[in-house]
Amino acid sequence: MSDGIGARVERKEDKRFITGKGKYTDDIRMDNQAYAAFVRCPVAHAKINGIDSSAAMAMEGVIAVHTGPEMKADEIGDIITGWAITSKDGTPMQCGVWNPMVTTYGRYVGDAIAIVVAETQDIARAAAEVVELDYEELPAVAQADAALADGAPQVHENVPGNQIFNWEIGDEAKTETAMAGAHHVTELDITNNRLAPNPMEPRSAVATYNEAEDHYTLYTTSQNPHVARLVLSAFYNVAPEHKLRVIAPDVGGGFGSKIYIYPEELTCLWASMKTGRSVKWTSDRSEAFMTDAHGRDHITKAKMGFDADGNIVAFHVDTIANLGAYVSLFATATPTYLYGTLWSGTYAMPAIYGTVRAVHTNTVPVDAYRGAGRPEATYMIERMMETASREMGIHPAELRRRNFVKEFPYQTEVILQYDSGDYFTMLDEGEKAADVAGFAARRAQSEARGKLRGLGYSTFVEACGIAPSAAVGSLGAAVGLWESCEVRVNPVGTVEVLTGSHSHGQGHETTFAQLVSDRFGIPIDNVTIVHGDTDKVQMGMGTYGSRSGPVGMSAVMKALDKVEEKAKKIAAHTLEASEDDIVIENGEVKVAGTDKKMGWHEVGLAAYIAHNLPEGMEPGLKETAFYDPLNFSFPSGALICEVEVDPDTGVTDIVKFTAVDDFGTIINPNIVEGQVHGGVTQGIGQAMLEQVVYDETGQLITGSYMDYCMPRADDVPSFTLDHTCTPSPLNPLGVKGCGEAGAIGAPPAVINAITDAIGTNDLQMPATPLAVWTALQANKTAMAAE
Amino acid sequence: MYDAKYHKPSSVADAVAALSGAEEGKVLSGGQTLIPTMKQHLAAPSDLIDVRGIAGMSDVSVGDGSITVGAATTHAEVAGSAVVREHLPGLACLAEGIGDPAVRAMGTIGGSVANNDPAADYPAAVLGLGATVITDKREIAADDFFDGMFSTALDEGEIITAIRFPLASRAAYAKLPNPASRYAVAGVFVADTGAGVRVAVTGAGEDGVHRNAALEAALGADFSASAIEGVPPNEDGMMSDIHASAAYRAHVVNVLARRAVDAA
Repeated sequence: MSDGIGARVERKEDKRFITGKGKYTDDIRMDNQAYAAFVRCPVAHAKINGIDSSAAMAMEGVIAVHTGPEMKADEIGDIITGWAITSKDGTPMQCGVWNPMVTTYGRYVGDAIAIVVAETQDIARAAAEVVELDYEELPAVAQADAALADGAPQVHENVPGNQIFNWEIGDEAKTETAMAGAHHVTELDITNNRLAPNPMEPRSAVATYNEAEDHYTLYTTSQNPHVARLVLSAFYNVAPEHKLRVIAPDVGGGFGSKIYIYPEELTCLWASMKTGRSVKWTSDRSEAFMTDAHGRDHITKAKMGFDADGNIVAFHVDTIANLGAYVSLFATATPTYLYGTLWSGTYAMPAIYGTVRAVHTNTVPVDAYRGAGRPEATYMIERMMETASREMGIHPAELRRRNFVKEFPYQTEVILQYDSGDYFTMLDEGEKAADVAGFAARRAQSEARGKLRGLGYSTFVEACGIAPSAAVGSLGAAVGLWESCEVRVNPVGTVEVLTGSHSHGQGHETTFAQLVSDRFGIPIDNVTIVHGDTDKVQMGMGTYGSRSGPVGMSAVMKALDKVEEKAKKIAAHTLEASEDDIVIENGEVKVAGTDKKMGWHEVGLAAYIAHNLPEGMEPGLKETAFYDPLNFSFPSGALICEVEVDPDTGVTDIVKFTAVDDFGTIINPNIVEGQVHGGVTQGIGQAMLEQVVYDETGQLITGSYMDYCMPRADDVPSFTLDHTCTPSPLNPLGVKGCGEAGAIGAPPAVINAITDAIGTNDLQMPATPLAVWTALQANKTAMAAE
Repeated sequence: MYDAKYHKPSSVADAVAALSGAEEGKVLSGGQTLIPTMKQHLAAPSDLIDVRGIAGMSDVSVGDGSITVGAATTHAEVAGSAVVREHLPGLACLAEGIGDPAVRAMGTIGGSVANNDPAADYPAAVLGLGATVITDKREIAADDFFDGMFSTALDEGEIITAIRFPLASRAAYAKLPNPASRYAVAGVFVADTGAGVRVAVTGAGEDGVHRNAALEAALGADFSASAIEGVPPNEDGMMSDIHASAAYRAHVVNVLARRAVDAA
């Protein structure tokens, strides 16, 4: 079937997106709809002594102004975190309370203080501007290392020293001993810059309380509407689950930032009950910069020990992770179990140890952002490898090959066991595609033009398909991370797939349909994917961590198995043949070796007409499956970046970028390539352009696109992409996940290329023209001094 | 955005009258700064007086050793003007590099010069060429016009109608864009005019667009890129922000001056 697994079919959903016919949350119009705007904390740390809403309430069109203490009085719950981390001394983590709206203290610029509900958005915003705050500004701290310093301002009274936890992983004694005996030790201070997620569609919510039914409906920009409903009912006390419907319609990107159930969406639900109106709130871009959970923000000291042959003998990591003013949903898992467990990278490392200290600061919460912990791990490891190769005089590709994991499954020193891979082939293919052999000549040509040319490598492995429920439960997760699917075959043979995965750009309407097409030989146009509505799909865990392929699709496969089994029974009965002889292909159900057959649609009809079913069989053709993964899946890749630097200005041009990835089985190459394009572009953004900057008082400096630099089309080259394939042996399709790979693998390739060009390793992200030029000047000074 | 009363006068006199009759009137041209500012509630004029319908406001003409560009001429029109491209290609190149296609299709030279954003491109050309700003009341020499960031010699209610640029034997602009906003981190306009060599710097100075005397002296003696190599970068008065330090800006000004001379 041409629409099946591996087919490069065009995305079914693109017609409505490209023609502007998608339906996003802000497109929803309810009867009796009012609009919300939030009054926000103007400084990074403040004690709120009073809120005067009289001027706002006097404005025509203003319906209500409500505050945090009122919400507290109505017993609306505080914002939760979903993963409990234990410190190395055995104590549980300590984190501050996150009131959905401030009750006493505002702790970051943008912390919600009051909600204004009005007849129009303009009125709501204008009224929010005249709500007067009586507040006392308090000392604030924005940087992670400053938050740990003696005498640093305290973000929360119950978190002394601002330290949330001090977590460890690996074997400390073994690592210290091996490091002490190392022939060569490479040390590097590494900053992983703080990023704003910037999905194209900002967050939005339309909340409706139906008093007659005592029922709530929430349309919202969510990557996991079922988890949102669970949290809103079980923890925030909005309503029991059967009285709360959450719908995530078309969602324009998330990158992790729409996993979380934020104060604004919750407050809109509560405000709808308070006002008796549907309440719509849509973030503008300035609010998004201030209030969407940021990503990354690590400060790390890393040491890697090698023997005389360049084999890694020990790896030691000391990281401080900035979690912001409050601990968001996945915030504690991201710098621990999604970070420390990847410290072995693509290499066989015999000894690994490290600690992560997570801290509160007066900044917006930091949580998972495309890659979530794995980009931080990969960036650190791959910069260490490149730096070590330069220090030891071993070619960077050769140093990697000496240390690659050679046999699978491979048990790392940091919990994870890699499923499959072939790192040698992907690097070989990468070097060929990047024409590494011709680099020296290209470098000479650049030099002749007064430019500096550099080549940088990155090989990565990541853990996708989060995750076996019992395993994550034992590590502190509050939920299981399985996925569900229901396959409904209609009487005419068309198929609906109801999935707990959620598509917000991933193209599930196409790829999930391809699985059905592949199985039954029907075109993807005969298949509809239903997702994102808690009234339609019973339960699901949503989309993040590249889990829709390894976990979501596995649930689809499991449900398809059941449907296929029943369909074959019906066909065998109808065609008077043995069930074992029935084959399904090209939309027909046949008896192998005979000309006896029936159309797929006739099987569907037979199931529902039910005049002639096998003895004891229930009518209908609809099956449900829940799939709990056996392990993470482990995609890997080799990325090679080539840059040209203008030494006069520090302006860096990426002249070539090659990525050879092993994603296991590929369902749709078109969509996978799109994911790599987007991921690598975000990785280049992190490496060269993007950085959230708070000043020392906690004011957000990069609050708009005037100062926060997103990658544009002319910032990236045309990519050279290829794939190798070692299917995952642990899921039915052999898929590994591709959504985050580019963002994980690209940053170190870019920085390794720039540092190769400029001849110094002393460079942090983002490598802006200023940063590159400054590094060049410092290197000149250092060389002159020698 | 708050409501404002919109006027579209067809003559300069009507525009001046509408402006003086308004409680808090603002001249609207391409709106590339004013409209976003209003959307953010940072400006709330009572009246907008749109000057784009005024006859002759978008004319470009050459004569008497100068080019005159109507104040409401868009950047795209200047960039594409055969007259400008033939007689003052450095100005056309500058216009071609402002913002993005949408900005160039809407933004106008009069709006840019009146706003005097410290990182805008046009002020460098006006000052670098020693142009004359023509208003409804008078003519103002470029050296007298720019008065620090977002500040000009324009009186309350005074409207720019055109800019007159003297032709130059050699003139070019080079800039380094801010990666995020793509405004100039530094932009340098060099011109060899009948009145001598002028070098105007935008984007870099704490007080907005200004002339660089050291570069003018060096290039006045020898209009070549190599003449600049002997001029030490001057950090005095340079801006410092997250995108560029004062030292970097000072260095880049000299680099850009070299590139502009090579292009001129």
